[in-house]
Amino acid sequence: MPDYQTFQHDVLVIGAGGAGLRAAIEASAAGVSVGLVCKSLLGKAHTVMAEGGIAAALGNVDDRDNWKVHFADTMRGGQYVNQWRMAELHAKEAPDRVRELEAWGAVFDRTKDGRILQRNFGGHRYPRLAHVGDRTGLEMIRTLQDHGIHQGIEVYMEHTVLALLKEGERVIGAFGYERERGRFKIFRAKAIVLATGGLGRAYKITSNSWESTGDGLSLAYEAGAELIDMEFVQFHPTGMIWPPSVMGILVTEGVRGEGGILTNKDGRRFMFEQIPENYRTQTADNPEEGWRYCQGDKDARRPPELLTRDHVARCIVREIKEGRGSPHGGVYLDIAWIKEKMPNAAEHIKRKLPSMYHQFKQLADIDITEQPMEVGPTTHYAMGGIHVDADTQMSRIPGLFAAGECAAGINGANRLGGNSLSDIVVFGKRAGEFAAKFAKENSLGQIDNGKIDLVAREAVAPFENGAGENPYSIQRDLQETMQDLVGIVRNESEMRTALEKLKIFSERANRAGVVGHREFNPGWHTALDLKTLLTVSEAITRAALERKESRGAQFREDCPEKDDRFAKVNTMISKAADGSMQVRLDPLPEMPDDLKQVIEEMK
Amino acid sequence: MPTATFRIWRGDAKSGAFEDYSTEVSQGMVVLDAVHDIQAKQANDLACRWNCKAGKCGSCSAEVNGMPKLMCMSRLNDLPLDKPVTIEPIKAFPLLKDLITDVSWNFEVKKKIKKFKPRPPDAADGTWRMAQEDIDRVQEFRKCIECFLCQDVCHVLRDHRKHDEFIGPRFLIYVAALEMHPLDTEDRLEELRKAHGIGYCNITKCCTKVCPENIQITDNGIIPLKERVVDDHYDPLGWIWKKLKKNR
Repeated sequence: MPDYQTFQHDVLVIGAGGAGLRAAIEASAAGVSVGLVCKSLLGKAHTVMAEGGIAAALGNVDDRDNWKVHFADTMRGGQYVNQWRMAELHAKEAPDRVRELEAWGAVFDRTKDGRILQRNFGGHRYPRLAHVGDRTGLEMIRTLQDHGIHQGIEVYMEHTVLALLKEGERVIGAFGYERERGRFKIFRAKAIVLATGGLGRAYKITSNSWESTGDGLSLAYEAGAELIDMEFVQFHPTGMIWPPSVMGILVTEGVRGEGGILTNKDGRRFMFEQIPENYRTQTADNPEEGWRYCQGDKDARRPPELLTRDHVARCIVREIKEGRGSPHGGVYLDIAWIKEKMPNAAEHIKRKLPSMYHQFKQLADIDITEQPMEVGPTTHYAMGGIHVDADTQMSRIPGLFAAGECAAGINGANRLGGNSLSDIVVFGKRAGEFAAKFAKENSLGQIDNGKIDLVAREAVAPFENGAGENPYSIQRDLQETMQDLVGIVRNESEMRTALEKLKIFSERANRAGVVGHREFNPGWHTALDLKTLLTVSEAITRAALERKESRGAQFREDCPEKDDRFAKVNTMISKAADGSMQVRLDPLPEMPDDLKQVIEEMK
Repeated sequence: MPTATFRIWRGDAKSGAFEDYSTEVSQGMVVLDAVHDIQAKQANDLACRWNCKAGKCGSCSAEVNGMPKLMCMSRLNDLPLDKPVTIEPIKAFPLLKDLITDVSWNFEVKKKIKKFKPRPPDAADGTWRMAQEDIDRVQEFRKCIECFLCQDVCHVLRDHRKHDEFIGPRFLIYVAALEMHPLDTEDRLEELRKAHGIGYCNITKCCTKVCPENIQITDNGIIPLKERVVDDHYDPLGWIWKKLKKNR
């Protein structure tokens, strides 16, 4: 066996967005040695792109808010297939995590009396999102990064993990490569936290960066952990659609929180036309009331633009399909209209939505203080992911923890905007805490050299294939297939076709060839990421086939209604002994009576 | 579709040269789109960093026709396409490969700056109160996406290679954000003068000009810091007072 460079830590955190950083901070504060692996440079992870805010029931703007309302909102938004315990912990602990960020130097926008300001967002009953204009994610990742670098955490920038290493049942390390020189590295650890974020790159139109290839999900699955709720992929209703080069880039829900409205080509505000039964009592029935809500009138109900993302995305798709879309195949999102209501609207928009103003001005030649934006759905977030224990965030593999987007359970069938930024700090902290505890109670394991040789051989295979298939072409074909056949509107026959195609892509991926050498070679990196993309794409498709109903983010045109048979189950995905992917339905954990009562009270 | 030629630097620290690539150009394209297209179809191993493609992460810094820019925010229709568009790596840091440089120095510098140290919470609920107008300036500085374009154009780093003596505009702004944070109680002025080398900045404002976040680096950050350093160090009464305090 070649002599690979080996590093040793008590806790290894893979992924350095909000969840990974928060886990690393917590673990190192517990006194263990921590290694932090990031696929990009530190501070560039996908958290940096989060815009609208972090949801926490601080009650600073509306004192009727508290954890119970937040819990009930989260469960309702998730169509009640969420893991209730995660939703409970999240709602209870989010305010402390926000205050902690402030204590570490974050500078949130303020209320008039100097407290943290909170804004309206889809599915949240009260203004709940602490924010910094529309660059909240940047503020959070920078705060965590700047706090973390003084904690003695060892950071491995631009490294990618290819496999987890086990000894018996327990995880004891990871094997990967550094981009700069292309060298393989071994990380020995007593506990590992996966915090690798999402899988948006499985789709053609996405708000996600090149990094979001579902690495953590694939690593955990291969190591024997279970994936849960994989069918639920969030298509954010408002991505940019024109010009083509910006397609998919996110337009924050904060635009609607500040009073932005959705209209079709006839100028009609179509969101009023279909309001789901379980939101009817909370939703305004005329534009005037909706506007008053956005202005903080506590007697008003929220406008239908602030319904949950799954619903808004489907209404937009309906308008487009029925021929009422905008010229480039989207609908209009209009914030400029508020000048009818406000004397200094243009200044207000620029202050509250500076990066949206900038983004449209620079990339689309649109002045959002004067003109409406053209928007359409974009793949944004995976509700599904690694199944973990709610309290400890440990998967069914001893020593393997997961937090943030790559873990799952809190969001159910649909995530509310703002809940991911709170998720990553609430459960990042928990994962770090319990990983440190596990590390203290366990020793380092023995590395299996045979396994490492195998992974290393597979990883360099694309160089031996030479001028084989272009990895970028395979990736593009895969993205188009998932977009067309397992997208917002699904049916069984298309998804069966998708599975067939995935099989072919998998064969093509084995033939992928790479030119050049191992030093910082994006072609090679793309070839290696195909494997994780294929795994998560198959998992999404199989879970979506298994859930023969429409719920939350999953819309099946062949089963367009909710079905009680699926109301109390989660789809679980695991790797069978023969290497095939298994799906089964698991009953939801029983919710305690006091929480059932909370949900009843909030109805 | 019309085509354009992109003259991209290929190579590493040892050797390299510009290579021309021709690719189709469509409406709204940015430089990073062209680089991606070339990477996918003509040069799979062309190294460049990127993440968000929306001017939020600061990864894709490069010099486009000689100007330091984020490739993701540089529209092709703002460039003359009748001649080749040159794309080369930033110059203040060692070249690794193609458009990628070794920016690790920046991460080491940041570690040496004293961290945020808030005063104890003083509101009844165990937190703090801050007025929006008191944090506007700090929020301006905290918009920084760490693209390091300001470091790239700073002649103290780019031409004089004073990396051991000067932290550069990015980190002067970082210190300014900490020093002007209403809750912070730390004092970083002595280091600013000595280890961080603020005196090297002769306010040519090149950094401000290239900042993609339009942070007024020089006027709002560096100059006020210089004033504080001067007040702190060269004020004779203050100097005597500090001596007395130290001896007590």
